[in-house]
Amino acid sequence: MHTSSPPLAPPTLEVTALQTSFIYKRFSVKAVRDVSLRLERGKTLALVGESGSGKSVAALSLMGLLPPAGRIVGGQAVYRQADGTTHDLARLQRRQMRRLSGPDLAMIFQEPMTSLNPLLTVGDQIVEMLLTHERLSREAARKRTLDILRLVEIPAAERRIDDYPHQMSGGMRQRIVIAMALVCNPALLIADEPTTALDVTIQAQILDLMRRLQAELGMSILFITHDLGVVAEIAHQVAVMYAGEVVEQAEVGQLFSSPAHPYTQGLLSSIPHAMRKNPEEGRRARLNPIPGSVPPIHALPEGCTFRPRCPHSEQRCTLPVTLETAGPGHRTRCWKWEAVQWSTRH
Amino acid sequence: MEHPPLISVEGLSKRFPTRAGDVHALEDVNFSIPRGSIVGLVGESGSGKTTLGRCILRLVEPSEGRVMFDGQNILDLPPKELRALRRRMQIIFQDPFSSLNPRMRVRTIIEEGLIAHRLGGTSRERRDRVATLLEEVGLQADHMTRFAHEFSGGQRQRVGIARALAIEPEFIVADESVSALDVSVQAQILNLLLDLCEARNLTMLFIAHDLSVVEYLCDQVVVMYLGHVVENGSTALVHSQPAHPYTTALLSAAPVPDPFAGRDRNILKGEIPSPLSPPSGCVFHTRCPLMVEHCRQAVPELRAVGGRRVACHRAEDVLAMGPATGAAATL
Amino acid sequence: MSAVTASATHAGPLRVLLQNRVVTLSIVVLGIFAIAAIFAPYLTPYQPNGLSMRERLLPPSSEHWAGTDELGRDIFTRLIYAGRVSLAVGLGVAALASVFGVVLGILAGFFSRLDPAISRLLDAMMAFPDVLLAIALLAAFGGSLLNLIIALAIVFTPRIARVVRASSLVVRELTYVEAARALGVSTPRILFHHVFRNITSPIIVQATFIFAAAMLSEAGLSFLGIGIDPSMPTWGVMISAGRQYIDTAGWLILFPGLAITICVVALQLTGDGLRDALDPRIRKSI
Repeated sequence: MHTSSPPLAPPTLEVTALQTSFIYKRFSVKAVRDVSLRLERGKTLALVGESGSGKSVAALSLMGLLPPAGRIVGGQAVYRQADGTTHDLARLQRRQMRRLSGPDLAMIFQEPMTSLNPLLTVGDQIVEMLLTHERLSREAARKRTLDILRLVEIPAAERRIDDYPHQMSGGMRQRIVIAMALVCNPALLIADEPTTALDVTIQAQILDLMRRLQAELGMSILFITHDLGVVAEIAHQVAVMYAGEVVEQAEVGQLFSSPAHPYTQGLLSSIPHAMRKNPEEGRRARLNPIPGSVPPIHALPEGCTFRPRCPHSEQRCTLPVTLETAGPGHRTRCWKWEAVQWSTRH
Repeated sequence: MEHPPLISVEGLSKRFPTRAGDVHALEDVNFSIPRGSIVGLVGESGSGKTTLGRCILRLVEPSEGRVMFDGQNILDLPPKELRALRRRMQIIFQDPFSSLNPRMRVRTIIEEGLIAHRLGGTSRERRDRVATLLEEVGLQADHMTRFAHEFSGGQRQRVGIARALAIEPEFIVADESVSALDVSVQAQILNLLLDLCEARNLTMLFIAHDLSVVEYLCDQVVVMYLGHVVENGSTALVHSQPAHPYTTALLSAAPVPDPFAGRDRNILKGEIPSPLSPPSGCVFHTRCPLMVEHCRQAVPELRAVGGRRVACHRAEDVLAMGPATGAAATL
Repeated sequence: MSAVTASATHAGPLRVLLQNRVVTLSIVVLGIFAIAAIFAPYLTPYQPNGLSMRERLLPPSSEHWAGTDELGRDIFTRLIYAGRVSLAVGLGVAALASVFGVVLGILAGFFSRLDPAISRLLDAMMAFPDVLLAIALLAAFGGSLLNLIIALAIVFTPRIARVVRASSLVVRELTYVEAARALGVSTPRILFHHVFRNITSPIIVQATFIFAAAMLSEAGLSFLGIGIDPSMPTWGVMISAGRQYIDTAGWLILFPGLAITICVVALQLTGDGLRDALDPRIRKSI
């Protein structure tokens, strides 16, 4: 699962230098300053970042769901269909986007109720979705709906199909949303913190389900999360965001074992882990968190945005940094990535 | 634990009456918190862990049972004595946004407890005390003139900690106090809590749903499911050799931030039943992979097995199977 | 994204309020009414009750800007003096109703045991037509300016009390109230510092509407001859007295009518503006 295969086939999604701003009357804010991602066919790319990193805005930009003030001001996001046709998601009109969503693109969100109509039964909603995109009879659509509900392991699906969303638990609703997203067999699934609101045993069920469905249906998943544990569970590739930029992208094993950006390194050493407890000293060992806090998006430092919090920073870090290659499929936005990698190993 | 415990919870139950019947939030909860220790209280939503924390501070009135604080039952105390006792126990909340009054400056927020218990002395002395507290929790003295909305989530949580510490309590309930924070901020706050506990010799009940945080921070752990304590013992022991199938499942479900870790885990089927009509016998039997007929009928006692207390008829079998395969073997 | 919305909301309520031109204009108009009422003796050479039989029912002119009434009194003078009474009634009722309403509302919202009784009482009062209730209360108390203010304040109390009750129910559940309880803060202090201070916005908005409604009610009651001593000029008294001359000397009721209308509309618009400016959800979208 975690072996990196050479990228032979063109990727399902390739985002290059995406920039998104919120433009108000008196001022504008660049929430996404430079996001470049590469999602291989049939793989899962996790987009990780803390609050304010811009990961959700980046996802909304790709899905054409930005709020009115939000605008994509640069870059491209090329989605490649199975037959090779490409679409730039950053430039699609709302109508073209709508045609793509369903059979090509699907999304799931943190709060399942935002995607469910409380006035319709879950079955009707999925049937509607099918009828919009495929030429089917209502009976056939209902049968497909029942199949997909069984696929996402809704117990007693033939009975629950006529339930309303409010009659279900949070975990059940998230399954319904996944069923709805997958019923048209999309090639690309964008999931924005789909398990964050769920309890850990339910989260395990949903992650397991998503892994299994990916193996069966072969879709590519862009998985947005803040939880590095979840990343390790589900991702093949990881992109780390900080202050509106992707600062590192790597294959998951590579990222966890030899991070090449000090921010990634800091995130990993912030994770509480019992192994760090040191009973001999009679005093519990401390975590090693990143000092300071994320700079406000309107007052970013010059050059590398992580510089003020970085233990490796030096004079040249005040100069603008670009993504550099740190190995096969491994890119980092740091001048000193070799020193950073070396410091992890020792 | 040769010293008598600071807190001892005995037969605590809480039922919330609703139109649809009683919600059984807590059923016969028993455990104790040794002085100077950090005890983790773990469970998923609906386990009753938050209600338990509130009952121990008597912010929620329990239906039955006793909460002994340093030898006296706080549930018997008349209002005046209860208010006086509040000085010795405090709470830090989960949500750093709703836990600070938006109309108050940080100084007013922090000195409120001092004023309520007539501890602060003159206004000038209180000001100095607030300044010291702010610095102790990693903020600056001049932050005291600001309002809550001028701070980030992590900084607000620090203000909440300073508020709780102002009256120098001995016991603190930390209710999911780091759950809403980003991982890098969470690490800062965890370090701060550890520093404060050691410096002030605090006793803490740390309520969490994140097992890795509890494993890192706590000496002992109490695992709850549907209002019942299912397992209670030293963190190291419970985490390495869980004796309750629910603990096993919970540990196995927690995502491990290591892509090279094994993934053959047991995933619990189904969901937590409604506390309106909890299952008969063992409350976990509806989801338990080891369930036998006996579990349907008899409520398991919390009993000592292998150095900890566990409420499971088949605890010995769970231990024998080991933590990794555990319940998965019989799935 | 949170950083973005945060910086967008940092425009203060006052700035948002004044960004709305209609509201700004309304506030200016109300200011003029208030200044006129305060400085009434310095704005006119006439007395409000200065009779002049030779100058009866004169139409508006440069000497008498709004004409004179059937007893030769200067209508402009009476208007600004009447404004004193009307504004005093509005202000007094709004203030007193707020006090009653806040007390009842917080008690009902914070103490679940008192809630049923208080809520039933408020419902019963709301079920009664405003004017009828005021008339009944005035009949019981006897007519005077003070009694009128008290009667109207009682009539309008449920409007404030209901808003306060609903808001305290929300605030009561917020964590900072629980934090204060955990600290051992006394209940009166919790009620004032944590509950009341966080529900002032809806109270201010409601009080503005009550100000307007009280002025209208006062005019209505005066018109019916209930309430204030008829020798004291109010806009309602002026309309009531002038209605016989509606065909021959329309200005007798035109000007007091206009005064009431302008004042009430300005208050309503200000209330709407305040509601928007004080509501963080609406402010965010501006």
